[in-house]
Amino acid sequence: MARYSVLSLARHALTGHRHWPRAWRDPDPKPRYQVIIIGGGGHGLATAYYLAKEHGITDVAVLEKGWIGGGNTGRNTTIIRSNYLLDANARLYEFSLKLWEGLSRDLNYNVMVSQRGMVNLAHSDTQMEAFARRGNAMRLNGIDAELLNREQVREMIPLLDFSAEARFPIYGALLQRRGGTARHDAVAWGFARGADQRGVDIIQNCEVTGIRVEGGHVRGVETTRGAIATDKIGIAVAGHSSQVAAMAGLRLPIESHVLQAFVSEPLKPFLHTVVTFGAGHFYVSQSDKGELVMGGDLDMYNSYAQRGNMPLVEHTLAGGLALFPCFSRLRMMRLWGGVNDMTMDGSHIISKTPIEGLYLNGGWCYGGFKATPGSGWVFAYTIAQDRPHQLNEPFTLDRFARGVVFDEKGAGPTPNAH
Amino acid sequence: MLLIDCPWCGARDQVEFTYAGDATVRRPDPDAGETAFAEYVYLRDNPRGPHRELWQHTAGCRRFLLVERNTLTHEISGTAPPREGPQ
Repeated sequence: MARYSVLSLARHALTGHRHWPRAWRDPDPKPRYQVIIIGGGGHGLATAYYLAKEHGITDVAVLEKGWIGGGNTGRNTTIIRSNYLLDANARLYEFSLKLWEGLSRDLNYNVMVSQRGMVNLAHSDTQMEAFARRGNAMRLNGIDAELLNREQVREMIPLLDFSAEARFPIYGALLQRRGGTARHDAVAWGFARGADQRGVDIIQNCEVTGIRVEGGHVRGVETTRGAIATDKIGIAVAGHSSQVAAMAGLRLPIESHVLQAFVSEPLKPFLHTVVTFGAGHFYVSQSDKGELVMGGDLDMYNSYAQRGNMPLVEHTLAGGLALFPCFSRLRMMRLWGGVNDMTMDGSHIISKTPIEGLYLNGGWCYGGFKATPGSGWVFAYTIAQDRPHQLNEPFTLDRFARGVVFDEKGAGPTPNAH
Repeated sequence: MLLIDCPWCGARDQVEFTYAGDATVRRPDPDAGETAFAEYVYLRDNPRGPHRELWQHTAGCRRFLLVERNTLTHEISGTAPPREGPQ
């Protein structure tokens, strides 16, 4: 498989770009693999890539029921950051952010990482103190964090509502300069190409319909393209983890909820950072095409529909207008929904399970995209070594029964409140 | 938009209601043991399809109601007072 370079670009330009080879193969499933990954999203593809690259395990199949990156990988708002309060979360997300920083070079694929900064706005003295605490916690974990006052925020993002009429006046912000965005489709494609180059079979349109367990050990999967034998299965299907885990008889501490996202008509560049509202749930960045990419709260009820309802559209955009009154005449181009695994503590699960050879990566709530490389890296380690890496050791499936939860928000076992 | 038929107030817009989760979860006996309580607090069936759930009519009569709703289509097939629905 050819490497991408300026030279290859120039060479293909001479022939009108008609002869680019496929970026990955389209193989038929073999009867047996050493490892099967269920789910061809970012996390599953990254897991396969790092299994091959870091552990030399190349006899791997990634089974995807639709097309790769067609689920939540292509539905998120592309934000990457590591501004977490709790040590265990901060360490994993920071590890992931460091992988992001070198990912395009590592994959020989431009995933368009743009470290444009992540600005969390504060709207009260109390919130400023909470952000000072979070920023200090981040810095103690070696993560960059800056507390901005009102004037510094105004200088950075002048179009925010700094008027006397602002419903929630801006007091300041917590800034992580190394946060930003990445091109989400390219992440799936880059990991797919990298895994495929190392011998991983990426099998699309292949839905897993059953997991075969004998004597407490996995033996294989049933799929719409026949049975495939294996001794190790990694589940990476966040949104539908409960459904796939149920095939092996497991019940999970997860509810599936729908989260909507919105894209406006394209505008000239005016917003060079990612901004979040501190008095409601709203976040926005401007894509390279000029569109505003926006998101907000869950629709709040269990759903697998991949589409939400109008009250949340109004609620989210009302939050946006409270921050940026200049958005009021903006037209929306698209809105869509993605299905999220909402866990009982708001943190993810990357873990062994009570069944030998069955590993679970899920429960990403609505924070999975930024974790993609780090999650794949530690999940590959967990599958290859049959034990968790120290970065994912805290995020076990049994932490709930043991009472060692990671509740970043302190919301308790109420999935839609995280 | 969900139209939820409150047994006491009639059909109302979803914005009047607050979602309160899976209605099939039952609190175990006090002496059922830690495992039973951990499962009660944390584990859910999370079905993809018909789901029996509780909502509260927070901007209306403030009473809880049982709603049977499909999580794949959002279609509501029925509502009932929580104690009268099939257990």
